[in-house]
Amino acid sequence: MTAVAADVVATNAAHARAAAGTRRWCAIGGILLVGAIVVGASIGPAGPDSWRVPLELLDRLPLIAIDSGVTDAEWNIVWRIRMPRVILAALVGGMLSVAGASYQGVFRNPLVDPYLLGAAAGAGLGATLALTTGRSATSAWPFDPVPTAAFVFAVLTVAVTYVVGASFSGSPRGADRSGVTLVLAGVAVVAFVTALQTFILQRNQDVVREVYQWILGRLSGATWSDVMLVLPYVAVSCLVLMLHRRHLDVFRVGDDEAAALGLPIGRTRVVIVVAATLGTAAVVSVSGLIAFVGLVIPHAIRLMAGASYRRVIPLSLLFGAAFLIIADIPGRMLSSPAETPIGVVTAFLGAPFFVYLLRTRRFV
Amino acid sequence: MSDLEFRSVSVAYGSRPALEPFTDRVRSGEWLGVVGPNGAGKSSLLRAAAGLVPYGGEVAVDGDVLARMSARARAGRVAYVAQNPLIPDDMAVFDYVLLGRTPYVGYFGTESAHDRRVVADVLDRLDLGGFAHRMLATMSGGERQRVVIARALAQESPVLLLDEPTSALDIGHQQQALELVTDLRRHQQITVVSAMHDLTLAGTYTDRLVMLHEGEVVASGSARDVLTAERLGEVFHVCVSVDVDPEDGTVIVVPRRGFPA
Repeated sequence: MTAVAADVVATNAAHARAAAGTRRWCAIGGILLVGAIVVGASIGPAGPDSWRVPLELLDRLPLIAIDSGVTDAEWNIVWRIRMPRVILAALVGGMLSVAGASYQGVFRNPLVDPYLLGAAAGAGLGATLALTTGRSATSAWPFDPVPTAAFVFAVLTVAVTYVVGASFSGSPRGADRSGVTLVLAGVAVVAFVTALQTFILQRNQDVVREVYQWILGRLSGATWSDVMLVLPYVAVSCLVLMLHRRHLDVFRVGDDEAAALGLPIGRTRVVIVVAATLGTAAVVSVSGLIAFVGLVIPHAIRLMAGASYRRVIPLSLLFGAAFLIIADIPGRMLSSPAETPIGVVTAFLGAPFFVYLLRTRRFV
Repeated sequence: MSDLEFRSVSVAYGSRPALEPFTDRVRSGEWLGVVGPNGAGKSSLLRAAAGLVPYGGEVAVDGDVLARMSARARAGRVAYVAQNPLIPDDMAVFDYVLLGRTPYVGYFGTESAHDRRVVADVLDRLDLGGFAHRMLATMSGGERQRVVIARALAQESPVLLLDEPTSALDIGHQQQALELVTDLRRHQQITVVSAMHDLTLAGTYTDRLVMLHEGEVVASGSARDVLTAERLGEVFHVCVSVDVDPEDGTVIVVPRRGFPA
């Protein structure tokens, strides 16, 4: 065998190993997620004994029959109260992590989170408006206007950021394709929108507490209709971002090189940003602002499994989902009925874990 | 076959012209060196050919106008190595070189066994086979330069554009990189256009030189014709003497102390 042929064999073997590594990590993430769902569904202040719930869940699977001793009323608590909350936590956690990883990739900036272009600030303003001016007018409405207002304003704010960023993108080196202008436009728009929100709050002190709680983020009171509300957005957004994980790897070598490699970078960046923004706006509108997840989960994945987006994107989805389910459990247990906001728990659990990862793993 | 034609190619940043209409034809397998002071338009010329800046005029490979092609089709014709390529620290050498196959992968596709074979082959030719799974952060400057050239070669484009390929390297690695390009050009008929700062190296390795000054061509031809002490003094504002090796005709540019008259 010639040296080249031997090399090709070695390369294919290495490729197979890398693919097996990716599969192994996805399997770990998948098991973790399923485990988190089962644990999340089993734990709660009221309802059946925790150990009975996994048995009942197994019993519900086809071809398996186990007498778990869970009554219909208890099952109602699990299925109607716990399960939507667990699934919503998974959707929110997975979405924020994938969106954060995508934003970090497309802007080549490790400090970027999915709220960068104003999704969070816009959602905050929308919620504030709905809770202040609209409260009396909409009290008779059959649905809660807060998520809708938050979603609409989140999307609007990001659209404004995009328009502002695009109108100033002329740089001495021709078209600005690095996205820096866009990021700076985001900073300006977020400052403006936040100022607007503060002004409105100042004049409506009675809702400050309500708005504040909304901003801290919560998953309590989640219903299947909340899940159904965000599911389409999250599904489409995650699908689009998953399909662009190879492109995100190309972005890592810089805009010039990526363009020279034949990647239509302007268009690809818009597609990725729009997908990540729609998903983020959807989950923010039902759960409020859950900090930390979108920033730190992707970095934790990079430290554990490597920096290629072919791993970072799918693993962010799985680990982000599992992380938020787990982070939600103490929030439900600790100080019920007055719950600890999940945004507090994510940072409280996540920050020490991240420091541990930084200490034990090296970036190379 | 890979003629590269510049037809009145001009570049301007805003109202400031960086490159006046430039016309030239680089024949298949030829190596054109572009020299000139900083800001003379060397990079603009290469960036225009790579489709990275808006430009006037046309660039054509074998008569096919690049501006009318898709980004992917263009990348299949022209490979480009930036002056300061961004090297992601935590990417393996193999994965970095594999990015060179991007023009051949469908939008939602993934690299094929053939793509990996091409990369393994390129790594082997550049003596990088043993580095395939090293992270880029652990490579030395010379090794990185080879890896970047490997990525451009994995692109299998008949035209190679190199923007200051050796400016960050020591003299040994400079020579190594330039010998590598020479070798590839001979064996694969790759057409090369490179911007270069070291005039002696530029004269030694390329077939033909073009000297740019403030966006305009001031001289074109062989190293002996282009690199004269008088012209270098005018264009670069330096005091140099130019010697020609009596044996092989190599043009040697030697800086002298003092300012030009």
